[in-house]
Amino acid sequence: MPPADDTARALRAAYAAGTRRPSEVIEDALSRIVARDGDLHAFLSVDEERARAEAAEWDERYARASGTDDLPALAGVPIAIKDNMCTRGVPTTAGSRILDGWRPPYDATVVTRLRQAGAIILGKTNLDEFAMGSSTENSAFGPTRNPWDRTRVPGGSSGGSAAAVAAGMVPLALGSDTGGSIRLPAGFCGVVGLKPTYGRVSRYGLVAFASSLDQIGPLATDVADCALLLGAIAGHDPADSTSARIPVLDYVAALQEGARGIRIGVPEEASGDGVDAAVAEALRAALDVFAAQGFPVERITLPTIEAALPAYYLIAPAEASSNLARYDGVRYGVRADADDLYEMYTDTRRRGFGPEVKRRIMLGTYALSAGYYEAYYLKAQNVRTLVARDFERAFERVDVVAMPVAPTPAFALGEKADDPLRMYLSDIFTIPVNLAGLPGLALPCGFDRGLPIGMQLVGRPFEEATLLRAAHAYERATAWHRRRPPVAA
Amino acid sequence: MAIDRATVEHIARLARLALNYEERERLAEQLARILEHASVLDALPLEGVPPTSHVIPITNVLRDDVVQPSLSREEILAQAPSHEAGFFSVPRVLETAAE
Repeated sequence: MPPADDTARALRAAYAAGTRRPSEVIEDALSRIVARDGDLHAFLSVDEERARAEAAEWDERYARASGTDDLPALAGVPIAIKDNMCTRGVPTTAGSRILDGWRPPYDATVVTRLRQAGAIILGKTNLDEFAMGSSTENSAFGPTRNPWDRTRVPGGSSGGSAAAVAAGMVPLALGSDTGGSIRLPAGFCGVVGLKPTYGRVSRYGLVAFASSLDQIGPLATDVADCALLLGAIAGHDPADSTSARIPVLDYVAALQEGARGIRIGVPEEASGDGVDAAVAEALRAALDVFAAQGFPVERITLPTIEAALPAYYLIAPAEASSNLARYDGVRYGVRADADDLYEMYTDTRRRGFGPEVKRRIMLGTYALSAGYYEAYYLKAQNVRTLVARDFERAFERVDVVAMPVAPTPAFALGEKADDPLRMYLSDIFTIPVNLAGLPGLALPCGFDRGLPIGMQLVGRPFEEATLLRAAHAYERATAWHRRRPPVAA
Repeated sequence: MAIDRATVEHIARLARLALNYEERERLAEQLARILEHASVLDALPLEGVPPTSHVIPITNVLRDDVVQPSLSREEILAQAPSHEAGFFSVPRVLETAAE
């Protein structure tokens, strides 16, 4: 399949025109997974039987429709979803031993919406255990490798989803993002990833990590596919009371409005110490592309941004320690044999959780414990307010904030595995966006020694369309998004 | 910020986590380093700044009091490590005198 054909939009159009059939595309995708995923390990499970059955149904429905295209937006299009979203009757592990073998009794709302939109869920992708990590090395089922360089990490925690899209195994995937878990792997793998505004997409059926920060979002090979997938999953859901009652736009149509007049702000703090020279250079060049197209570009400041990381590493673990209390061996998942209840709890959790999850549970429990709550947790929440105010002030002058996704391109497997603090620093530019609840989009803006570099665009709450329009304008002026890793060439 | 072993044991008990000797030692050291990193927050002007626990301006969300179908009890119990007579079952909580 030539690269120009591998978007969801192109597949959808080819189905309607009768030049391709969903069954052929699913067979292609399955054979690519066989050929490429032994090495990459993007998938934790693949549901061949169901995918084939659904594809055959869509074959028929397209044949019956013969030209009149009133089938849903993603009819017959393959997609992969991160294995922390519940799929009824299909294993959902969240990358953890503690959920090994569990089959959820219900579908996540995003899964229901994807099915309504006609998408074929091909499989579930690898992640850091409970989405806690920046490299996908914390998966209990082994790491995913970066399709651009197998000695490197794909980023995390949605590393499986980003690698599956980058390696051409699926055109679309869903990830979740608590502190950068969609944007970092999108940046490291050279694909487009969007963390929507908190509340834009229902979290019902997403395995909870930090509930005030978690958000599900799309990964795709280009901006228009990302817009298409966002439209399919966004919207209010009575099952998630934090989902917003704000109308969902036609994000693909919004791209046609163009991007005239969108003002871009560049934070001074985004080119400071610790930012790789190649990353800083790629961002500078990207801003020149915006300026050359007539976008006003100006400098702004986000003075509290450096405090966002330590605040996050109190807030997210605190919420996680509470959310993960449910894994007690009583109602589902794995249980350790023990003579009394207390020992059953502690032994189940000792065996079921990996080192990073234990570390965060301990950190969060400490931050919430008597005598420390005000010194840590409450203070972090005060800082969260300052971070949000920084962005509010910036958005009085500009419409979009542009900065790197991460200070470096993809690092080597094992490089940071023994040093949690260094690992956490990968997320310094993505974490503030979660704390403020804003939408953030990652897209490729260059390469360094064969590794993709990602740019991040951040917008006002519920202004995903503005981000997509700005990203689309950039994409049309550049060719980074057309590059494919050797494995997918 | 030093964290001693007694603190680690206390926190592990609160979190219902069994830790071995190496894990306790490593966590004491790692938690201390992470919390030390958090001390940069002390330098910020936080007086009068309200906390943010949630970014969206909603308080209570109520739905109409209408009965709706729930998940199937059989399906849920089928996922449980152990169940009996329609209930989840667990190891005994208290010693009984009769034994």
